[in-house]
Amino acid sequence: MSSEPALIGTEAAPAAPKRSALRRLIRDPQADITAGLLLVFVILGLLAPWVTGHGPNEAVLSAVNAPVGTPGYPLGGDQNGRDIWARLIYSINTSVLSALIGTGVAIAVGLSCGLIGGYFGGRVRGAIEWVFNLIMTFPGILLLIVLMPLTRGDFRVTMLIFGVLLAPGTYRLVRNVTVGVRNELYVDAARVAGLSTLRILGRHVMPVVRGPVIISTAFLMGSAISVQAGLAFLGVGSSDVPSFGAMISYGFLNLYVDPLQFVWPALLLGVSTASLVLLGNSLRDALEGARPKASKVGATARAKAVPRSGDDAGALLSIRDLRLSYPDPGGEPKPVLNGVSVTLNAGETLGLVGESGSGKTQTAFAVLGVLPAEATVTEGSIRLDGRELVGLPERGLRALRGREIAYVPQEPMSNLDPSFTIGAQVVEGIRATTAMSRSAARARALELLGHVGIADPRRTMGLYPHQISGGMAQRVLIASAVASRPRVLIADEPTTALDVTIQAEILDLLRELQREMGMAILLVTHNFGVVADICDRMAVMQDGRIVESGTVLDVFREPRHPYTKKLLASILDESVVREDPPVLIGDTTRGPGHG
Amino acid sequence: MVSYILRRVATGLVLAVLVTFITFWLLSFSFDGVVTNVLGPAASPDAVEAMREQLGLNRPLFAQYFEWLGGVLRGDFGVSLFTSEPVATAVSARLGVTLSIVLVALVLSVVVSVLLGVLAASRAGAVDRLAQGVSLTGLLLPNLLIAIVLVVVFAINARLLPATGYTPFGEDPVRWAASITIPVTVLVINGVANMAAQVRGTMIGELRKDYVRTLRTRGVPTWSIVYKHALRNAAAPALVVLSLEFLAMLGGALIIENVFALPGFGSFAFNSSIQGDIPVIMGITVFSVMLVVGVNLLIDLVNGWLNPKARIY
Repeated sequence: MSSEPALIGTEAAPAAPKRSALRRLIRDPQADITAGLLLVFVILGLLAPWVTGHGPNEAVLSAVNAPVGTPGYPLGGDQNGRDIWARLIYSINTSVLSALIGTGVAIAVGLSCGLIGGYFGGRVRGAIEWVFNLIMTFPGILLLIVLMPLTRGDFRVTMLIFGVLLAPGTYRLVRNVTVGVRNELYVDAARVAGLSTLRILGRHVMPVVRGPVIISTAFLMGSAISVQAGLAFLGVGSSDVPSFGAMISYGFLNLYVDPLQFVWPALLLGVSTASLVLLGNSLRDALEGARPKASKVGATARAKAVPRSGDDAGALLSIRDLRLSYPDPGGEPKPVLNGVSVTLNAGETLGLVGESGSGKTQTAFAVLGVLPAEATVTEGSIRLDGRELVGLPERGLRALRGREIAYVPQEPMSNLDPSFTIGAQVVEGIRATTAMSRSAARARALELLGHVGIADPRRTMGLYPHQISGGMAQRVLIASAVASRPRVLIADEPTTALDVTIQAEILDLLRELQREMGMAILLVTHNFGVVADICDRMAVMQDGRIVESGTVLDVFREPRHPYTKKLLASILDESVVREDPPVLIGDTTRGPGHG
Repeated sequence: MVSYILRRVATGLVLAVLVTFITFWLLSFSFDGVVTNVLGPAASPDAVEAMREQLGLNRPLFAQYFEWLGGVLRGDFGVSLFTSEPVATAVSARLGVTLSIVLVALVLSVVVSVLLGVLAASRAGAVDRLAQGVSLTGLLLPNLLIAIVLVVVFAINARLLPATGYTPFGEDPVRWAASITIPVTVLVINGVANMAAQVRGTMIGELRKDYVRTLRTRGVPTWSIVYKHALRNAAAPALVVLSLEFLAMLGGALIIENVFALPGFGSFAFNSSIQGDIPVIMGITVFSVMLVVGVNLLIDLVNGWLNPKARIY
């Protein structure tokens, strides 16, 4: 959330033009082949009376177990003397009808309830959820079997009930998407503008829901066909209704006499369900774009160029000509840092300033070695006390993290693991960087939490992150960061997400800890007030470059670069108001201060 | 915590009562046919009337249902209309067969899915391609076809495993294992296909979160970040899939049991339904509903244990 590249390309544009999705689908050979096969099946089924020589139940004694190629029986006859080709073709219709009924009911019920439940919430959603919980308590396929006295095995009635049983899946899908859309600002705006609920659902919610529902249709059809076949195999249903399941059942019993009798329906059933699943995957690719890719945890961004030796040997941390790029959606490298050079001396505080997207956070992550796996350090060098960090394997970096370099993040809440207590998280950090026993680490954690100004450390240790305030969470993160007395503390906008009153306290705490431990602080911020308050020197970043650096006093008094002048000029008197470009409508993922 | 468990149990019981009532109500439309089934088509109207009276079919539906429910609460599930066998014994005998397949398959699927999904999400590369391949192939074919192919290949052609029949665990554990190997494999293939994809997707999302990066900056080892922190947070959505998967496996087991001629729930339910043996059908329903309710309760409790925000005391 707080790294700029996360905003590039990972979100599929919700309003992607429909035509391009269709074009992508048509260009996908997997979609073409599977859709083509399914279409051929459906047409064959519709033309059944014309492409077959016999009725599906027409039994002729002379055709019993007739071999393939018998005149009038292209695929031979079964053990009752019925035309296998004819039964196959008529079975297609049974499958198609099953798929249509099952999926139709599931989508009709799930979609309407999902829209209502997702849009209204409160008691309406509560009631709907309850009904769907009830449906999910029904023992699925078993219900279809035990209700045979009611359905008389008619596959159409059975599929009707199965559709209801499938509905909870569609309901959840639609509800989640609807809840998401409903919280968007443009839906609020539409409501304020007086659009009726129906209009809002139709105009704003349906276009977003449509994609996921279309994708799920393919999978629902596949499962309806499988279940119908399975039930027919079991014997549920009239023996007069030709179906793949019944044919497989006959063929299975007749396996030793003529294995082919079993192969034909199995082949058709397998090809149909596989086509539906593959088509569903193609639909997903076309409508939702690339799915999130897995990436190796701890994979370090590789330096392709040989790092140059620095000339600022005296510095504790020296970054020389650091270049970093991310692949754009097309896979081409897009530079994010264009040669950052900056140094941090022991014990000093350096403010790294610049507007959102200038590359401050990326520089910080590069130093810590925690860039996302897609990032590549194309050139440059990061030295800690003369030791090169670029290209260091994860193991080597891990030995430095926490001990030598520590990190205080911007957004305290999302940077604590929601499932573990504060105590467990602080203790784990301490034990990862020291050889302390669990009890010693606990004692140290208590001491640290008290030290950073948490009133009741013992109680706080047992709380979960959602039970404490943002300010407290930030104190916990600071305590955790300084646990092993690091030499460099990288603080990425440590006060941005906090209340104004807490901000000053956190800065005081950092100043105090610095004095006590003698660590150097690299403070990433966009706030000149913070810089003036705490920093010794400052470096100004723009478009992935340092454009100006010097002591805070010099830069404030006599800015040389026009960008610095512009930034300084944009500060209102004695205030800390940001001048961001206006947030785009609908772009609520990028909250103020992120990046 | 105790009150949370009690509340969940109470909700489960209410759901179970509702499900059995709805089933009873739906079945009531066919009660006349049942009488004909028991007595045969040539029965005199007097005999039919006597039978209706004896079964209590002339009374209001609610009265019939509550009488049945009262019996169930006392542990009396009635007797089969056709064999006079007590329903409870008949049902539990068959349930054991189905449950040994379903539970073994469920546990195996969870283990394999978690391993595969987590490795795919955290290692990427070849493991990831393997996991995605497994997920896709497992979904392509219906259980039924996989079952038949495996039987033909391993049992009929290679004769490595018994093609049909069931040996109870108590009789001979080795033969029990052999008799359920193929059915369990079939269910695991499908279960892993569904669940590994889910675990992979959720883990990918989890590993991109801020707290993972912060843990890395603390020097916490990767295995702890992946298996302790991210996996625990990825558990909630995976558990939802697990409860759906249990239902799917139960359904799948009913169908594939038939391929292996296993004397399980599937054929039992089928035969009882064909005959319209109402007490047995209701017994089957109540047992399976309690199973579903029980599994869902267990999953909720595990979720509450793993996820502090889900704990509502």
